[in-house]
Amino acid sequence: MEAASYLFSYLIFPGLLFSAVVGLLTTWVDRKVTARVQWRVGPPWYQPFADMVKLLGKEIVVPAGARRTGFLLMPLVGLAAATLASTILWRVNLDPSSSFIGDTIVVLYVLTIPAIAMILGASASGNPLGILGASREMKLLFAYELPLVIAVLTTVYKVGSFSLESIIQHQAQEGIMLGSVSGVIAFIVTIFCMQAKLTFIPFDIPEAETELAGGSHIEYSGGALAIVKLNMAMMFFVLPIFLITIFWGGIAFTGWRILTSILKYVAIVVIVVLIKNTNPRVRIDQAVRFFWGPMFALSIIAMILAALGY
Amino acid sequence: MSLALKALKKSPWVFHVNTGACNNCDIEILDALTPRYDVERFGILLVGSIRHADVLLISGPVTKACLPRLKRLYEAAPKPVKVIVFGACGCRCGIFRDGYNVVGPVDKYIPVDAYIPGCPPKPETIIAGVVKVLGTL
Repeated sequence: MEAASYLFSYLIFPGLLFSAVVGLLTTWVDRKVTARVQWRVGPPWYQPFADMVKLLGKEIVVPAGARRTGFLLMPLVGLAAATLASTILWRVNLDPSSSFIGDTIVVLYVLTIPAIAMILGASASGNPLGILGASREMKLLFAYELPLVIAVLTTVYKVGSFSLESIIQHQAQEGIMLGSVSGVIAFIVTIFCMQAKLTFIPFDIPEAETELAGGSHIEYSGGALAIVKLNMAMMFFVLPIFLITIFWGGIAFTGWRILTSILKYVAIVVIVVLIKNTNPRVRIDQAVRFFWGPMFALSIIAMILAALGY
Repeated sequence: MSLALKALKKSPWVFHVNTGACNNCDIEILDALTPRYDVERFGILLVGSIRHADVLLISGPVTKACLPRLKRLYEAAPKPVKVIVFGACGCRCGIFRDGYNVVGPVDKYIPVDAYIPGCPPKPETIIAGVVKVLGTL
């Protein structure tokens, strides 16, 4: 019985199916807001779903120089990891007793797997541009993980526990993390790290449509590309939820909190899309300097302020 | 009509191939992708990689140097893929017909689904051409 319940939450709600549907809707919000910023009408709401169905119906080409297994398996590994992160976060938010010791660490760890899977998949593709994209993705991963982990540790330090349940309950009792100076600074750092984790402009260096022609997913086609796109859509869904859980009091589905939960989510998505639309792409060295310089310093300041009790 | 075909009509991703055009058609293609015409309303996106393409938009008479690349690009595209030829040169070699290096037109080498004549055609004509190709699916 318990196994069936776990399977249900992994595959249907709040796991694969639910986060895929909401993630694809989020990519529609992204495209629509982008279109409005550029004074256009933009695609209809079902556009991401049409893209998915179309890609699933197309031929999957495996390039002659590619390692077949690694090339086709890695998008699935990334998808499994994004689903797992979504399942853990939603189960904790809906039912805090399902939390376990150190699940913050597990979520942080699982959230890096899609990027690593993309690196491996692109390296297996045998395409020089894909390998260039993979190497950039790796550098970007090293760059943003450091400030991200320290910013999340600010909250952990204040709460005094690594479990998501105590983070949510601490915020319910003593006010959200965003209410304090250190929380606001850590939140800003995390927003930028999220931008890089999603490989959105200004940190879309691994994909670089105009420069690497798709970079790390240049060789993916048909169903494999659909899974890569789904993976990105699900990360776009999971990361705002992670931020809300860590800094903004979590989400809930009781009474008025349904509305505030959705508003929190949409607010973070719109911030990300607006950053995306008002910035040019930076070079990889500029990105690494940005994350290891100002962002690292800000996260350390947040940590010190948290230790001083601000 | 199958579901995959229906979805293909709603999201044709375009890959732009220049087989020796004078760049005039390419400028008009870029015009068609600007916010003024907003082709993303119909799900049309310009993609950078041939593996993501559903429609090949070819401009230019085929030159000797471009011919092997054109054939390889057509083979590399995941099927089903539609081919649209854009501009007078692509359709019948245009003013480059007697050029020493011109071996075209495009439909001598790969199957073509639609021709958009003009030197260069207007952006509205591109949209009309894409709509006609989707109608044949």
